[in-house]
Amino acid sequence: MALVEASGLHKTYREGDVSVHAVRGIDFSIESGGFVAFVGPSGSGKSTVLNMIGCLDRATGGKLLVLDTDVAALGRREAADFRGANLGFVFQDFNLIPVLSAAENIEYPLLMVQNWPVAKRRARVAELLEAVGIADRADKRPDQLSGGQKQRVAVARALASKPKLVLADEPTANLDHVTALRIIDLMKAMRDEFGTTFVFSTHDPRIVDAAEEVFHLEDGRIVDGVGGST
Amino acid sequence: MIRVLRLSARNLARYWRRSLLTAGLIVLGMVAVLLFVAVSASFKQIMIGQITDSMLGHLQVHQRGYVASIENLPLNLNMKPEMVARVEALLREMPEVEAVTPRLKFGAMLSDFEETTNIRLNGVVPEREAAAMPLLAGRLLDGEIRNGLLEPGALLLPELLARGMGVQVGDTVVLVATNVDGSVNGRTFLVQGVLDAVTGPGGRDGYLHIDDARALLRMEAPEVNQIAIRLQDPDQTERVARRLEQMLGEIVNPRGQPLLTVHTWDQLTPFANIARMIDLLDLFIRIMLVGIVLIAVMNVMIMSVYERVREIGTIAAIGTPPGRILALFVGEGVLLGVVGTLVGTLVSLGVVRLLNVWSVEFAFGRQEIVLAPALAPGDILWVAAIVVAVAAAASLQPAWKAARMDPNTALRHV
Repeated sequence: MALVEASGLHKTYREGDVSVHAVRGIDFSIESGGFVAFVGPSGSGKSTVLNMIGCLDRATGGKLLVLDTDVAALGRREAADFRGANLGFVFQDFNLIPVLSAAENIEYPLLMVQNWPVAKRRARVAELLEAVGIADRADKRPDQLSGGQKQRVAVARALASKPKLVLADEPTANLDHVTALRIIDLMKAMRDEFGTTFVFSTHDPRIVDAAEEVFHLEDGRIVDGVGGST
Repeated sequence: MIRVLRLSARNLARYWRRSLLTAGLIVLGMVAVLLFVAVSASFKQIMIGQITDSMLGHLQVHQRGYVASIENLPLNLNMKPEMVARVEALLREMPEVEAVTPRLKFGAMLSDFEETTNIRLNGVVPEREAAAMPLLAGRLLDGEIRNGLLEPGALLLPELLARGMGVQVGDTVVLVATNVDGSVNGRTFLVQGVLDAVTGPGGRDGYLHIDDARALLRMEAPEVNQIAIRLQDPDQTERVARRLEQMLGEIVNPRGQPLLTVHTWDQLTPFANIARMIDLLDLFIRIMLVGIVLIAVMNVMIMSVYERVREIGTIAAIGTPPGRILALFVGEGVLLGVVGTLVGTLVSLGVVRLLNVWSVEFAFGRQEIVLAPALAPGDILWVAAIVVAVAAAASLQPAWKAARMDPNTALRHV
């Protein structure tokens, strides 16, 4: 059973009288436990695909099932609930909440989205801090952390509520090569430890090799990769 | 809720200078309103107390039509003895009534054998007048209180008139008055005391014994033209007035129309308009406070949302429900209001304490007034509730905007 199933997926933006075809009828499927990359140059549509999977954007055509849910049919509130319950996000700019410490950033989805009890929350945060290797930086705020450390916190936050799927949009774009590879290794290790499916987008060819499954996108079409192209 | 407020507090601390300025503005508004309320309430209380406790009482009973022509001090609208007896009997049944004083109010000519002038006089039963007007004796500037207030054959003169004529305590003066039948009568009196003038009707009247007044007016029956009433609780004035009016309704003329009317103190003095003006100013200053809080909080919250668009996108993407995002921002506004309210209240209480220590005095007309400002818990709670409610309302629009933000668009915001 595929975790994500897309068929004839379209996304067209309208800018005044002009239609911009960001995604042009692509088909793909992502299996549970996968470590999948959408690769392509800037403007190829990879971020749009991730946004549609993440219920942050809505397809204008085709069908997209995520965890057997037609995400295009979800309303604003249902989409928020769906994301909170099933998805984790890692952003290019880390997007940590600046007033919270590393531990509190990781705790945020458990506290503000999932309402976990305090003891369970603390145990989960401690587990993740240990897993991503920043237990000694738990009390530091984002401005006291390096780029790599921030992204480790972001990965831990994405995994906090035990989502089935983590979406990482250009997670290494703001990191140096060595740190980028470490983050990719960390995500893979997290996949192995927690069984979470990771889907990330990148245009960095040096880290593409780390992916177990790659979809190459160009001009909104999959030009190479498992799942075929249109 | 606690967790939302905790995060809201941290967000406020992030821009602490701005938060401090906004809270400072709220504090300033709170202090301005509470000080105005405290000082104006003290002023009103002193003035109203002076008027009700030394001149008017809380309520007065007259024959219908008397108040409309009170400037002429008519003697043809007096209450007959049996009517007075019935009113007093009714008043005795009312536990809210503390004291009652019947009066015979009239105009006369005052002469010291060299000069003559007009004077308004109150014929009173001394001990009853003193019981119903406890501040009257305190107005005595010269002379002494005897027989509860004054002796038969004696006169208490208002200061301005006594000074103007050069009349001293112990002097003999003549009162000449027109009787109800149009004839004129005169009698000599001894000046027993000089009374301080106070603001309001009756504040420059003289006093004599009611028996002397009747003798001067050649009145055969013990008539009065007003009955002043002092209540146990001045706050009950309106309610007691309505009840008394209802009870007096049974005293009717041959055509079945009520003969008597009840007036509350504020219907008898122009100071009631000043009191109403103070209430109006109080309302305006409260509206200004609402404006200050509304603009200050809304401004800071709009800025806050504008600066944190990507952060809002992030927490929305993570799955934070829109209602919780709304609560986060409303929480910031409410906290600003609560902090401003708490500090504003403490500062106001401190300043009020200082005003009492320094005992602020000022002259109102010829009166020296020493203010004793005080803040009632009800006033503090009322103003605090306004501030917090307005702060919450002011943050609603920006919070609503944040909650409705499309996470994808917000995440792309630069």
